[in-house]
Amino acid sequence: MYKKTYIEGNNTERKRSKLADNLEAAIQASGLKNGMTISFHHHFRSGDYVLNDVMATIAKMGYKDLKLAASSLATIHTPLIEYIKQGVITEIHTSGLRGELAQEISGGLMEKPVVIRSHGGRARAIEAGDIEIDVAFLGVPSADAYGNANGQSGKGICGSLGYAQVDALYAKHVVLITDCLKPYPNMPASINQKNVDQVVLVESIGEAEKIASGATRFTKNPKELLIAKNASEIIVHSPYFKDGFSFQTGSGGSSLAVTRFLREAMVAQNIKASFALGGITKPMVALHEEGLIEHLFDVQSFDLDAALSMKENPNHHEIDASLYANPHNKGAMTNQLNVVILSALEIDTHFNVNVITGSDGKFMGASGGHCDTAACADLTIVVAPLIRGRIPSIVDAVDTIVTPGSSVDVLVTERGIAINPRRDDLIACFKDSKLNIIPIEDLEKTARKIVGEKKRIQHGERVVGIIEYRDGSIIDVVKEVK
Amino acid sequence: MERLRRTMMYVPGNNPAMLADANVYGADSIMFDLEDSVALSEKDAARWLVYETLQTIDFEDTEIVVRINGLDTPFGRADIEAMVRAGVDVLRLPKTDTAEDVKTVEAIVASVEAKIGRPIGSTKMMAAIESPLGIIKAFEIATASDRLIGIAIGAEDFVTNMKTKRSPEGIELLSARSQLVVAARAAGIAALDTVYSDVNNEEGFKAEVDLIKQLGFDGKSVINPRQIGLVHEAFQPSEKEIQEALQVIMAIDEANAKGSGVISLNGKMIDKPIVERAQRVLELAGISGGQHV
Amino acid sequence: MKIKKSAMVGTLESSDIQISITQNDSEENVILLESPVKHLFGEEIERVIDSVLTQYQMQGVVVKAIDKGALNCTIAARMQAVIYRAIESEIDWELR
Repeated sequence: MYKKTYIEGNNTERKRSKLADNLEAAIQASGLKNGMTISFHHHFRSGDYVLNDVMATIAKMGYKDLKLAASSLATIHTPLIEYIKQGVITEIHTSGLRGELAQEISGGLMEKPVVIRSHGGRARAIEAGDIEIDVAFLGVPSADAYGNANGQSGKGICGSLGYAQVDALYAKHVVLITDCLKPYPNMPASINQKNVDQVVLVESIGEAEKIASGATRFTKNPKELLIAKNASEIIVHSPYFKDGFSFQTGSGGSSLAVTRFLREAMVAQNIKASFALGGITKPMVALHEEGLIEHLFDVQSFDLDAALSMKENPNHHEIDASLYANPHNKGAMTNQLNVVILSALEIDTHFNVNVITGSDGKFMGASGGHCDTAACADLTIVVAPLIRGRIPSIVDAVDTIVTPGSSVDVLVTERGIAINPRRDDLIACFKDSKLNIIPIEDLEKTARKIVGEKKRIQHGERVVGIIEYRDGSIIDVVKEVK
Repeated sequence: MERLRRTMMYVPGNNPAMLADANVYGADSIMFDLEDSVALSEKDAARWLVYETLQTIDFEDTEIVVRINGLDTPFGRADIEAMVRAGVDVLRLPKTDTAEDVKTVEAIVASVEAKIGRPIGSTKMMAAIESPLGIIKAFEIATASDRLIGIAIGAEDFVTNMKTKRSPEGIELLSARSQLVVAARAAGIAALDTVYSDVNNEEGFKAEVDLIKQLGFDGKSVINPRQIGLVHEAFQPSEKEIQEALQVIMAIDEANAKGSGVISLNGKMIDKPIVERAQRVLELAGISGGQHV
Repeated sequence: MKIKKSAMVGTLESSDIQISITQNDSEENVILLESPVKHLFGEEIERVIDSVLTQYQMQGVVVKAIDKGALNCTIAARMQAVIYRAIESEIDWELR
C-alpha cells in the first residue's frame, strides 16, 4: 500500500537528490575497486576536462589495474600516459587514439594491446557483455540533481549524447558530471534519472569553444572541392539518387563539401532525402531547414550549429550508438542507409581502408563509424587525395585494415575515380560517363610515379593494438613502432 | 581539330605544391608564371622549379604555357633558354608592344632550339598585350611570327595606362578587347581574355565570361581552379546547338557521298560560315565530328 | 666546384624544401636532413641531394635541408638554385 510518509521529514531533500559532494566522494560511493572497468564518452572532443579530472582523482585515491573503456580518446587525454605508467590503467578500449598518447602506445607503453572498436562495434560489445562497465563517468552539459541530463543546454553544449546513452543504459553504476545544475526536471532527458546513480557538480566540464567549435568551415581548398564535386557526381548519377534517399558524410573537408554539391542537384531535380545519419554538421542542418532532408539522426553533433539545431528542429533526432550502428541489435539506422561518403588515411588496391595508423605506422586516427556505415550503405564512397604532402593515400597494401575492401564501392581522388570490380552493376552504370573512371591499380601507379618508392614501415613483433571489426571478429592487429 | 583554349590557368612558378597538381583541375592550358607572381629575389628558384617539374611530372594532354620575364629584365633571356630546353609547348611573352618584341624573342628561341636539336619552330609563342600601343599594333604583333598561337589581353596595366580602372561592366576594356579579337581573327590565331581577380564573385565572373564569349574570344585566363568549370560551362553549346551542328555535318557527309555540289538542310542552303560554325560547336562540345569535313 | 658564399633557397611551405649550402672544413660533403617523411623517403631525399652535388662536382660543402614533403623534382630544383647562388655564375647547361 502506498504510504505518503516516506518522503516526509528531514530525508526529503536527500532522497530527491543524487548529488555527491565531489568527485572523490562519488568515486568512493560508486564501489569502484581495483581491476574494474570504467567508461567515458568523447562528445566533448578535445575540449574535455572530465576524463582527465576523474582520472586524476582516481589516481590520487590509489586505484590500480583499471580497464578504461572510452568511446574515443582525443589529444587532450595525454595525461593518461602517466596513469598507464603508474599502473592505474592497464587496459584501454577505444575507437581512436591521437597525439602523444597514440605515439606512446604505438611505441609499446602498454603490456596489453589496445582494443580498437567502431562506434557500432562498441555498442555491440557493451550490449553483448564483451565490455562490462562497472562505473560510467559521463560528462554532461546540463543535469538536474536527480540525473536528467542533456547536451543541449549548459555552459558548453555538445548536442547529441548518443555515445554516452549506451553507457548510461548498461553500466552498473552511472555518475553524471556537470558544470550546470538545472532545476528538476531538466528536459529533454537524453540520459534519464532511472539510469543514474550519482550527479557531481564540478567547476568546469571542458572548454566550450573546443567542445563544439563554430560552424564547420566549408573548404576552399580546390583539390578538396574537386574531389567533393566528383563524389557528388557519382552519387547523383547512381541508381540511389532518387526521392527519399538517405545519406551520411564524414567530417573531412571533401566529404563535408559533398553535401553542398548534392544540394544543387537535389534542388534541380526536386529530390528530397528522407534522412541523414551519423555525425551531423552545419551543411546538413542547412539542407534540413531548407526542407531537403526530412530527418536528421544525430549520434554526434559535429559543430555548434548542429548542437543548436537539435534544440530548434523537432525532426533533428538524438540517437544512441546502438541504434546508430550496432550490427547485432534488431535494426540499426545504418541498415537503412543508401549512400555514405567516408575519408581514409590509406586505401589499397583491394579497397581496404586504414583510418587508424599513419604513414609511420603509429596510431593517429579513429575507427569511428567507418566500417559500420561502409558495410551497410548501398553505395560506399571513399574520398581521398592521391597524395598528402609526399605521402601517398593509395597504396598496394594498407598498414592496418579497419574497413574491408569488400564493403567499399567507389574511391574518388583528384586524379580519377575507381569502382570496386565487385560492383559490376556500378561499373555498367558509369560505362558511358564523362567522369574519369580508371582501375584503382592505375591510381596507385600514378601516386607511386609522383612520390617515388617509399620505404616499408618497420613494425616490431609486439602487438600493441587489436582492430575489432563491428561484429567482434579481429580484422587486423597493430604492431609496435619504435 | 584545333586545340581548345577556353581556360588558361595561372600557376605561380615558385609554388611547389601548386605546380605538381596543376593539371588535375581540367584547364585546357596551364600557364606557369615566372613573371609577376615571383619575387625578384626568387626568379632563379622559380625557373629551376618549373624546369625540373616539367622534366618529371606528366601533365598528359594539357597544354603547357610558361610566362617568361620580359627581355628588358635581367631574367628574360635565361627564362627563354631554360624553358625551351624544358620543352614547353608555348612561351607567353609579357607586355608586348610591337612586332619587334616578338621577333627578338623568336630569334633567341630559334638559337636555343638549334643548340639542343629541337626542331626549329616547335616552341610556340603567344603575346600578352598590356598597353594602348600594343592594342594599336595588335595585328602586326599577331602576325610577327609563325610560332604565335594566340594573343592575350592583360587588363591591369592597360587600364592604368588608359588612366582609368576596371569596372564590373568592363566598359573601359570594350574597345581594346574588340580590337584584340579582330586582330587575332584576322591573323588566324586565338584570342584570350584577361583574368578576373575577384575569385569570390561568381556572378561577376560569369557575366564577364558571357561578354568575352559573345565578343568572339576563344577563352579566358583564370587564377583559381574554381573558375575553370564556370568558363567551360559558359562555352558549352546547348543540346539544340549540338543537334543542329550534327545535322549540318551529316548533310555535308551525305552530299559528299552523293557527289553533290550544292548542300542543303531543311530547304536552306549550307554555306561555308554555317559549316565552320557547326564545326566549332562540335569542337566545344567535345564531339569528334568537327574534324571530318 | 667551390662555393663563393653561403646561400639558401626554398621555403618552409608544405611540399617545399628549404636548402642552405655552406663551406665544410674538410673536402667531404655533409647532408643534414630534417623531414616529416624521413622514415619513408629519407634515403631517397639524400640520394637526390647527393646526385645533384655530384653532377655539379661540388666538394667540401654542408647542405642543410628542411623538407616539408617536397617531390624529387622540387629537391633537384632547389639544389641547383642554391648551388648557382653559392658559386655565383651563369647557368652551364652542359652540367645539367
